[in-house]
Amino acid sequence: MVRNPSANREQFRPIDHPNDSFLLTTVVGSYPKPKWLNRADELVEDPDSKFDESDLAEAHDDACRLITHEHERAGLDTVVDGEMRRNEMVEFFAERIDGYEFNGPVKVWGHNYFDKPSVVEEVSYDEPWLVDEFEFTTNVAERPVKVPITGPYTLGFWAFNEAYSSTEELVYDLADLVNEEVEKLVEAGARYVQIDEPALATTPEDHAIVGEALDRIVSGIDEDVRIGLHVCYGDYSRIYPEINDFPIDEFDVELCNGDYEQIPTFEDPEFEPDLALGVVDAHTAEVEPVEEIKENIRQGLRVVPPEKLTISPDCGLKLLPREIAYGKTENMVEAARQVEAEIDAGEIDVDAPLADD
Amino acid sequence: MTERVAATPGIYPLPDWAKGTLSDLKGHQKGDLLSGDEGGEIAETYGEVRAELVDDQLEAGLDRVAEGQARWDDMIAHPLTVHESVETGGIVRYYDNNNFYRDPRVVDDLDFSGDVAGELEAAADLIDGTNAGDAPLAATLPGPYSLADLATDEHYGDDAEFQAAIADFLAGEVEAFPAHETLFLLEPSLVTNPPADGTEERATDAIATVAAATDADVVVQTFYGALDEKLYAHLVDEADADALGLDLVAGDREDTVYNVQEYGATESIALGLVDGQNTLVEEPETVAERVEWFEGQAPAADFETTYLTPNTELFYLPENKYRAKLSALAAATEVLE
Repeated sequence: MVRNPSANREQFRPIDHPNDSFLLTTVVGSYPKPKWLNRADELVEDPDSKFDESDLAEAHDDACRLITHEHERAGLDTVVDGEMRRNEMVEFFAERIDGYEFNGPVKVWGHNYFDKPSVVEEVSYDEPWLVDEFEFTTNVAERPVKVPITGPYTLGFWAFNEAYSSTEELVYDLADLVNEEVEKLVEAGARYVQIDEPALATTPEDHAIVGEALDRIVSGIDEDVRIGLHVCYGDYSRIYPEINDFPIDEFDVELCNGDYEQIPTFEDPEFEPDLALGVVDAHTAEVEPVEEIKENIRQGLRVVPPEKLTISPDCGLKLLPREIAYGKTENMVEAARQVEAEIDAGEIDVDAPLADD
Repeated sequence: MTERVAATPGIYPLPDWAKGTLSDLKGHQKGDLLSGDEGGEIAETYGEVRAELVDDQLEAGLDRVAEGQARWDDMIAHPLTVHESVETGGIVRYYDNNNFYRDPRVVDDLDFSGDVAGELEAAADLIDGTNAGDAPLAATLPGPYSLADLATDEHYGDDAEFQAAIADFLAGEVEAFPAHETLFLLEPSLVTNPPADGTEERATDAIATVAAATDADVVVQTFYGALDEKLYAHLVDEADADALGLDLVAGDREDTVYNVQEYGATESIALGLVDGQNTLVEEPETVAERVEWFEGQAPAADFETTYLTPNTELFYLPENKYRAKLSALAAATEVLE
C-alpha cells in the first residue's frame, strides 16, 4: 500500500519558488569526488605520510560542504553531500553493521572488483551509520537534505551468506536495522530518505521480498517523512504493477538510458506513488541540452500529473567528470523550471504531454 | 573399490597482487580485456599467476592440477572471445550472477585457435618441474552446448549448424592439448537453459564430438542446480562422458538422486560438494559425508571414480577462501581413505 506522498511533498518547495507548479528536483546521491579527495584517501594509507585519520575526516567534511553547495548552486530543491564519505554502496554499510566480515575483493567483470563481504553471524545494530553525516550536511545546507541508504535486499544479496539458512531471512533482519537507522535519522531531523535497491533489477521475481522488507523499514515512520525507492537498469514489466503495493512515497527510476522505451509499462494501471524520473543519463559524458531534458520530463507526465512528478538523474553521477555532472544537474533544474512555467501558462497539456504546444 | 579424486574445473580468482598489477597494465574498460595476443609484461604476469595457482593446488594436495584459467576474463566464454573469427559485443550478465562477460559474436568460420593449448603447455611444464607425480594435469573447456548458448551467431545462421561448428572447434582445440589426465567440460547451460524438447540429442552429440577428441577421462560438469530428468537420461546414454558432474550444493539434491536412481549413471561420477559461490568453508568431514551419502543412494554404488569437486568455478570467491576450498576437497579424500 503506497504511503501518502502528498502529505510530505510541499515541505520541499522553496519559499521563493518561481512557479505555481512544482516539479521537485533531486539527485540519486553519488557525485564525482574531487581528485584531491581520492589522493587524500590514498595518502592516509601511506605509512610514510604525516596525513592521518583526523586530516582525512577534515578532508571529507570539506568535500561534503563543497558538493552540498555545488548542488545548491545548480538550483536543486533537495540536496545530498554527493556521498563523499562513502567508498562503495555495500561495503560502506557492511563496515558499520555487526555480523559482516571482509575477506578481500571478488571479480565483477574484467578487472573490476568489489570487496564483497560475508555475513558470518546474525546482523545487529551498533553505532548509527549516517546520523553524523546527515547532521553535518544539514548544518551546512540551506536546502532540505535527502539521505540515500542501500536497501536490505541489496545488502543481503550482494554479500556471501554464511550465517542464515536463507538470504530472505537475512534481508528481513537487515530491514529491521534499516528501520532503526531511519528512526534515528528522523529524530535528527531528516525528512527525505531514499532506499537504494539495485539488486532488485537483477532478480525481479523477488519483488515480494523487497515489499516485505519495505514494510519493516517504514514501520512507525510518520507520513511527513518522504520515503523513496531507487532501482536501476531493470525490466520493469516484471515488477509493475507490484510496485504500487510497496509502502513508499516515491519510486525513483532510470529511464533516460533506455530512451523511455519502458514508460508505457507504468501507464496502466494507474501509477500510485510519486514518480521520480531520471531525465539525464548517468553514463554518457555529454551534458544534455535543456530542450532535450524538457522532452524527457514530458515523458514523466505520461505517467503522473505534475504534482506527483519528481525530477532526477538516472542514477548516481559519480563515474562522470565533475564538470559534466554539474552541467547535467544545472540543466536538469533549468529544464524543470521551464516546464513548470509552461504548465502554468497552459502551454503543455498535462493530459497529452507529448502533443505539440 | 571406487577411487576418490579431488579435482576442480579451474577458473580461479586472481591472486590479490595480480588484480592490481593486471588492471594497471590492461585497464578497466571493456576494450582493455584480453584479446589473446598479449605479450610483454602482461604475459609475464600471467605466467607468474599460473605458477602460483599450480602451487596452490599442489600445496592443498589436489589429485588433479588445473591451469587455473587466470586469463579467462570472460569466464567460460573465453575460448571464443579471444578467437579471430569473433567480435566482442556489449557486456552481458553471466548466468544469474552479479558478473558480466563480453558477448562473443561469431562472424566467421571457427577454425583452430590453440589459445587454450598454449596455456596448458605452460601448466604442464610447471607440473613437470615439481615432484607432483601423483597430480597430473586437468584441462578445462566450456562444453559446446553452453558455449553456443553464451555466444551470438552472426555467421552460420542455423542453431544446429552453429552448435556443431562450436563442437568441432572445441574438438580441434582438445586435439592440440598436451597430455592430460582429465578433461572438464563445463555445461551450466544444460541446467539454466536446457535444450528444447526433442533437441537433446543434438546437445549430447556435440558433447560426444568433443569427448572423442581426447583419450583422457571426460567429466561433463553441470551446475547451478539439478538436471531435468529426461535430459539427464540423454546425457548418461549419449554424451560419451566418463563422468557426469552433478551439483549437490545448488538446487534440489533429491532431484539429482532421483535421476541417478531412475536412470542409472555414468561409469564414474563428479560431485559438486563445496560451494563455489559462498565463503563458508565446508569441513572435510562434511564433504566426506556428502560423498558417502550420495554413493549410498546410487543403486549400483560402484563408481570407478568419484571426483570430489566444487559445484561451480571458484572465481566468485576471495583469494583466501578459494584456497581453503581446495584444501577442504583434498582433505575430504583423506577422510574417505
